[in-house]
Amino acid sequence: MRKALSPVPIAVVCVLLALIALLAYGLASNEPDRGVEQALGRGDAEPAPDLELPKLGGGGNGSLADYRGKVVVLNFWASWCEPCRAESPLLQRWHRRMSASNGTVLGVDMLDITEDAQDFIDQYGLTYPMLKDKDGHGIETFGVVQYPETFVIDRAGRITAVRRGPVDEQFMRTEVGPLL
Amino acid sequence: MRRVALLASLALLALPAAAVAQDCPKTTLGDIEDEVMCPVCGTPLGLASEAPQAQRERAYIERLIARCKSKDQVKQALVAEFGDGVLALPGDQGHDELGDVLVYAVPALGILLAAGGIAFAVVRWRRRGGGPGGRRDATLAGPDGSRLDDDMERYDL
Repeated sequence: MRKALSPVPIAVVCVLLALIALLAYGLASNEPDRGVEQALGRGDAEPAPDLELPKLGGGGNGSLADYRGKVVVLNFWASWCEPCRAESPLLQRWHRRMSASNGTVLGVDMLDITEDAQDFIDQYGLTYPMLKDKDGHGIETFGVVQYPETFVIDRAGRITAVRRGPVDEQFMRTEVGPLL
Repeated sequence: MRRVALLASLALLALPAAAVAQDCPKTTLGDIEDEVMCPVCGTPLGLASEAPQAQRERAYIERLIARCKSKDQVKQALVAEFGDGVLALPGDQGHDELGDVLVYAVPALGILLAAGGIAFAVVRWRRRGGGPGGRRDATLAGPDGSRLDDDMERYDL
């Protein structure tokens, strides 16, 4: 009994408990935010959080609120992300189609180097507006967990669909087409 | 005479270029990558190995070094791209001098206090006979100790 209450075993137990608590905290805090999917699963469309970021390449800030009343395909991407390359031509085609129906694709370049992002935009001839999320503020706001991710926002500013990973023609037709 | 003048002019033209070549590069990738983060990887850039985003960041730093930027200028450019969080050294973030001192002093003080506390606890525990030596002495001092000595003598141990 005396041996069990001695300081060294107590210290070891305390350190082990602290490590287990730290591990549990790390796992809990890295759990992806699936609130949007849960709401969509219940048939609810949650209002999109406000997002204000600098415009890529300068010229002040841009905000989701600037597009209120439009259908917005909010696409989080980065120039080093390979799947982003695959979906960019599709997004550009849909941006042209959406522009005729009061809609837009809005790109958010995440944690990226501006020069690389501009090269990417030039390479794919992207003409839709772009914001720069330099420190991950937008990622936190929208609970982005991978690259790329796309949120479809209706004219009332509610999120009606989300795609974790690259979008394809089927997703755009199913989720964006009916809103236009 | 004209040849001498031409040579002198060429030498004058070469002087600034030589001075620039001596000043450049002002830093190295290896000197910087342990002091900045790979923001997507969440680790210092030096530990981020072959992740594509880390490779892009290294390439960007090398481009800046080739443009003759100093270490501080490279760090400033990275902050402009990624925010203060790209700086790996705690003292690099912000301009709070007291905070810069405290960020190193507080953990050091904590380690010293913890080490002192553990040393104090161990010394106290040993004095109370908690250690292997202490327990043997206590046992030998009692009647069981005498019996043990007798048994050891009897069995020639």
